[in-house]
Amino acid sequence: MTTKLPPPVRKDPTRRTRLPTRPPGNRSREAHGLTAMAAAGRFALQTCADCGAVQYPPRQICGRCLGDRLEWRDAARGGTLLAETTLAHSNDLFFRDRLPWRLGVVEADAGPSMVAHLAEDCVAGERVRLALGIDRAGNAVVTASPETPAPNPEDDRQLREMAFDPKDRRVLIVDGKTELGLALARAFADAGARQIYVGHAQPWRKSPDLEAARGIDNATLFPLDVTDTDSVEELAATIGDKVEIMVNNAYHLRMGGAVGRMDLNTAHDEMAIHYHGLLRLAGHFGPVMRARGADGAHGAAAWVNVLSAYAWVNNPALGTYSASQAAALSLSQCLRAELAEGGVRVVNAFLGPIEDEWHQLAPPPKLDPAAAARRIVAGLSRGVEDLPIGAVAEEILARWAENPKEIERGIGL
Amino acid sequence: MAAARRGYEGIVVAAPVTVPYARYSIRSAHWFCGRALAGLIGAAGLEKEDIDGFCVSSFNLYPDSAVGLMQHLGLSPRWLDHIPMGGASGAVALRRAARAVQAGDAEIVALIGADTNHVDSFRRTIATFSQFANDAVYPYGAGGPNASFAFLTDRYMREYGARREDFGRLCIAQRENALPVPHAMMKRPLTMEQYLNARPIAEPLRLFDCVMPCAGAEACLVTSEDRARTLGVPYASILATVERHNAFPDDPIQYRGGWALDIDELYGQAGVGPDDVDLFQAYDDYPVICFMQIEDLGFCAKGEAPAFVRERDLTVGGDFPFNTSGGQLSAGQAGAGGGFIGLVETLRQLTGETHGNRVEGARHGLVSCFGMIVYDRGLCTSAAILGRADA
Repeated sequence: MTTKLPPPVRKDPTRRTRLPTRPPGNRSREAHGLTAMAAAGRFALQTCADCGAVQYPPRQICGRCLGDRLEWRDAARGGTLLAETTLAHSNDLFFRDRLPWRLGVVEADAGPSMVAHLAEDCVAGERVRLALGIDRAGNAVVTASPETPAPNPEDDRQLREMAFDPKDRRVLIVDGKTELGLALARAFADAGARQIYVGHAQPWRKSPDLEAARGIDNATLFPLDVTDTDSVEELAATIGDKVEIMVNNAYHLRMGGAVGRMDLNTAHDEMAIHYHGLLRLAGHFGPVMRARGADGAHGAAAWVNVLSAYAWVNNPALGTYSASQAAALSLSQCLRAELAEGGVRVVNAFLGPIEDEWHQLAPPPKLDPAAAARRIVAGLSRGVEDLPIGAVAEEILARWAENPKEIERGIGL
Repeated sequence: MAAARRGYEGIVVAAPVTVPYARYSIRSAHWFCGRALAGLIGAAGLEKEDIDGFCVSSFNLYPDSAVGLMQHLGLSPRWLDHIPMGGASGAVALRRAARAVQAGDAEIVALIGADTNHVDSFRRTIATFSQFANDAVYPYGAGGPNASFAFLTDRYMREYGARREDFGRLCIAQRENALPVPHAMMKRPLTMEQYLNARPIAEPLRLFDCVMPCAGAEACLVTSEDRARTLGVPYASILATVERHNAFPDDPIQYRGGWALDIDELYGQAGVGPDDVDLFQAYDDYPVICFMQIEDLGFCAKGEAPAFVRERDLTVGGDFPFNTSGGQLSAGQAGAGGGFIGLVETLRQLTGETHGNRVEGARHGLVSCFGMIVYDRGLCTSAAILGRADA
């Protein structure tokens, strides 16, 4: 059984905060194919389209038949742990801070032998289950866990560096006045989050969701308006050094496209919330989160943007909304690069239409907010980077990957 | 059927040179190459211009290659080779140079394995060692070769029942061999208690299982027997050589090296067998790889090296003289120089120019080399059998 994660202790203000370092991040272009698979939560390896040989480490030429059609295909996740070591010494600062560190060589059922980070309960000679994670430098790594999962895998000291399980971490949910905001607060509470900070804007507007959030254990409500720099700055000054998982779920959905749009107010609001709002949050919460990326087992870990799948391809029925989501997606890539310096990961959840008041005209299937929230929390625990939530979002991303021109013409409500 | 290989009749190796090792040096790899070359010229009574062939192995020449080194050292050879095979370079350099001399492409070839070791250069070398290492090993704890050999050692122990004491026996014997050698970095005897209780590095490896990176150079000359006689330098003859790369790619983890493929060819070409080998210099950055060489080169069956080292005495005066100058485990690992230490020591033993103790009456010396853990296993193996000139 995995050693229980020690509970967070109150920080001694006289002790130096451990500075964030990153594991070695130098990767070939081929190896980033693995990163793409890890980002989507897949365990896929290069497979030769000509002879079927599975290759690892990634390369450009098949090591068996010399073919160059190497495709990323989902591979068998099983394997046998052939050998292990526990490093008491490392040449890299990131690992020196985290010794001892345990590694193994796994003979994958798919064929190749793979060096892997080991979960605590892996035993040499026994079966393991392989996965791709993303390390603190933002690159794919192979992890191995026991074939029969340990009772509390989320406590694993090493694998916790590759995932962002909310257990014992403090979470800020930016907008508590939506059904999804409430559902997220509940899901994080269920996952063992230590504190849940819930933001709320527009004090003149009553919200049953916010009232319900108030009743969640460990939840605290704070005024937060992402369109107001002073408000963001004030909350960052109050709790910025405590936020370990940021969930930016602020959203503003209105119908309408571009042709005949005379009044830009709605489009302006969408940009103000989705794009400038993210920018304000990044500006004020980003620096301290980045600095706390290595602040113990419960340091700052992840920044989650709840985006629309229409960030990938514009839905003309929600034309300006889609455009503002695309702007946020682009900015999230900037944020990812900048927070990576502190080992803090940016995770984008892409939602299809939710079953809420603003999606009245969207046909089913629509996402149940509670289910969507649980999927987001589960994705965090697995360390996934791009998280399509629900059938509509999955279809949009799959079609986009296959033929962006097709989905551009075929998309609609 | 492959054509029969030619032997190396009339080709010899001479002038063993070691540039004294230093744990850290502010000198460059070029400096160590230059001092080695000066040592060769001095040992053989040559002029620099007499060196018309040059073969170098070094990790730290970058951004130079062998070519840039020639301008640096003011040499104008008509035959030049650069062997990027790390620990396997020595026997490979030997066989290439021997063929060059045999074919008349060069008359006197300088063989040099040299590297420096700045305070941070070892880390930099392993952090950019190969694409596969960058992508699939180094980001996993950055243990470098310690981690890779820990895997091989762990597997070997599980598979064949080896105990840490067995590896310790080899390390202790090598230390005893090193004590009279002036340039060996390790100056004190090693006890089994010290070996077993040393600080862990990458379990099951502890401190004295791991070679110590240092700066230094190993070098010798390859020329014709006639030329060596004219020069009046002691020499040894080349009886056989082999090299192999990426052997047994389907083994899920390394428990044998290319020697196991080439053993018959090696002894067949030399016309001797394992029983005729009077001393054995094996590549020894970690003891497990010595065990594999003892097995793969025919001294015992696979998996029996632990029993073999329990029954035999590996010191210079013992019944299985092994790494007679202490090997890298006691002398230090001078980068690619480590690929030549066994060749140079074998030459010293056969010509009587030893720095430490000499194996009495030795006629045949076996040197085997191993290098380049590019991903999960060492890819290059090579070996040579040298004979005493009068044997």
